Amino acid sequence: MTQVDAPDPAATRRVGRVLTYRKPALLALLFPPAGVPAMIHSLRAGRLAKARRVEEARIQGGKARDWAWIAVGVGLTCYVVVFLVWLLFANHGAVRRTYFKPDVFFGVKEYHAVAGSCATQCAASIEFHFKYWSPMLRAFWLNIQVFLITEIIVLIWALVVAIVRLLPGKVCAPLRWLATLYVDIFRGLPSILVIFLVGFGFPLAGVPIVQDWSKMQFAIIALTLTYGAYVSEVYKAGIESVHWGQTAAARSLGLSYAQTMRHVVVPQALRRIGPPLLNDFIGLQKDTATIFFIGAFDALAMARFINNNNATFAAYTMAAVLFLAVTVPFTRYLDHILKRQKLRTQGGT
Amino acid sequence: MAFLEIDHVDKIFGTNHVLKAISLDVEQHQVVTLIGGSGSGKSTLLRCVNALEEVDGGEIRLDGDRVSGRGVDVDALRREVGIVFQSFNLFPHMTVLQNVTLAPIKVLRLTRGLAEERGIALLKRIGLDAKANEYPDRLSGGQQQRVAIVRAMAMEPRLLLLDEITSALDPELVAEVLNIVRDLAEQGMTMMLATHEMSFAREVSSKVCFLHEGVIHEEGPPEQIFGNPQKERTRAFLQRIIDAGRL
Ligand SMILES: Nc1ncnc2c1ncn2[C@@H]1O[C@H](COP(=O)(O)OP(=O)(O)OP(=O)(O)O)[C@@H](O)[C@H]1O
Ligand SMILES: [Mg+2]
Repeated sequence: MTQVDAPDPAATRRVGRVLTYRKPALLALLFPPAGVPAMIHSLRAGRLAKARRVEEARIQGGKARDWAWIAVGVGLTCYVVVFLVWLLFANHGAVRRTYFKPDVFFGVKEYHAVAGSCATQCAASIEFHFKYWSPMLRAFWLNIQVFLITEIIVLIWALVVAIVRLLPGKVCAPLRWLATLYVDIFRGLPSILVIFLVGFGFPLAGVPIVQDWSKMQFAIIALTLTYGAYVSEVYKAGIESVHWGQTAAARSLGLSYAQTMRHVVVPQALRRIGPPLLNDFIGLQKDTATIFFIGAFDALAMARFINNNNATFAAYTMAAVLFLAVTVPFTRYLDHILKRQKLRTQGGT
Repeated sequence: MAFLEIDHVDKIFGTNHVLKAISLDVEQHQVVTLIGGSGSGKSTLLRCVNALEEVDGGEIRLDGDRVSGRGVDVDALRREVGIVFQSFNLFPHMTVLQNVTLAPIKVLRLTRGLAEERGIALLKRIGLDAKANEYPDRLSGGQQQRVAIVRAMAMEPRLLLLDEITSALDPELVAEVLNIVRDLAEQGMTMMLATHEMSFAREVSSKVCFLHEGVIHEEGPPEQIFGNPQKERTRAFLQRIIDAGRL
């Protein structure tokens, strides 16, 4: 039934009424490229509705709605980007020059490429190209190393802590207690403070065994202490999320507590904690920058060095780019697996 | 001396006295059924037998050996006493065959080859050998519960405990699970089960115990309990079951 027989104005107010999206279209006019089509379709919908051509009017109304949404999605994005670009060129380009000085970033001397000397200038700039990037990369390699080594140690250490915290029985209470104390302390301390306490404190106090270790090793100890506490929480939550019926079933088959943990509980926990674990490792990767404060020569230290010697603040931006180059793929991947997980849980069993 | 002797067993959860000096004997090849209302302590009693709960008083003996209380090797006990739960509790990260062979390999120290051979043979008996390499979530509830029974049987227990194993199943799946229990009973498996399936209890049981508030209120052969209950409470309980259309 597409046609209404009698011209009944009240009919447009019933379920079958036509939505013209007039107000959204008006708002969309704030972004004319989408707003104008939205308005045109909306007006057409109104006209067709008056002429009782309901089906055609609905199609026009739908188009008006689509355009209005485009105005939101594309329009808002455009305005935000324009604002950022404006910021970059504000104050006669000072913002851009501070953060993205081309000669630091790309090895191209700014404003110097005058017509006459173009050829020599280009040759010079190619030579110049890796002047800052290669030392930055070399320094950043230290961050990566610290990250990778710490990550592996943390994965094992945190599991040990989590299992100790979940040990059953009264006799293990002191052990559980100790592990809980450790977690409470290091979850509550800023990682930068831990780095200070370890990196400067251990050599000063002559802590046996480790006092002569390198700065990088101190950094690994400190970050392991901090992130071991975080990650043990993740493990613990994962292990506790495994239904107790699983333990009951495994124990009732004669498996020991350790066998139950190893074959039944921990494998299931690991499957669940992937995303939160990845989250903590993104944090760890960022926090490798704190090793700068105990004098390890990492990307941040190199950025400061370049800045001090050449008055080029953009070196810090380079460090930022390097960190993002590692963490952004991580976060994207995390998002991806979270989405997949959600799909799977929503898709039934 | 009976095969399993439950001797004045007490169980207390906080202030909740769940089992009150319960005594019960199970002979070899017997099927003993626990019936009773929700919260009467059926599950708790079964869990005590297999040491998933510690008893707070009294003693449980299996074949004359004390198996409750201090100094008992609970893992050794559980090798002899299997349990199947209402909620299947299959291991979701393992295939059906891995579920069945895990304990034989890790606990009985069978080689993988031998354990799998036996596992497949057991699965064949319940017609699920085709599903050996599926994960549990691909199986129906009835199939999962059958696998859970096979998993317990793979340890070749001398006593099998079944705690309301059909309560989580759709009605049309109940029969396939009960058929297996019936087969086991015919083969002479000693079993202790809690159930709300009264007609089944009547059919397979050697002895029926009516539990009420942590005491065995009445026990006897199924004909007596279902046909001619002596105690008022037993009668009232069965009347409720009949009214609910479950007998
Ligand atoms: N782990 C526990 N901690 C505290 N109380 C418990 C625990 N397990 C059982 N109980 C209590 O013990 C009582 C008996 O529970 P049980 O599970 O044995 O009953 P049931 O006869 O199996 O009932 P249902 O037919 O509903 O399964 C209940 O009051 C219950 O609340
Ligand atoms: Mg129960």
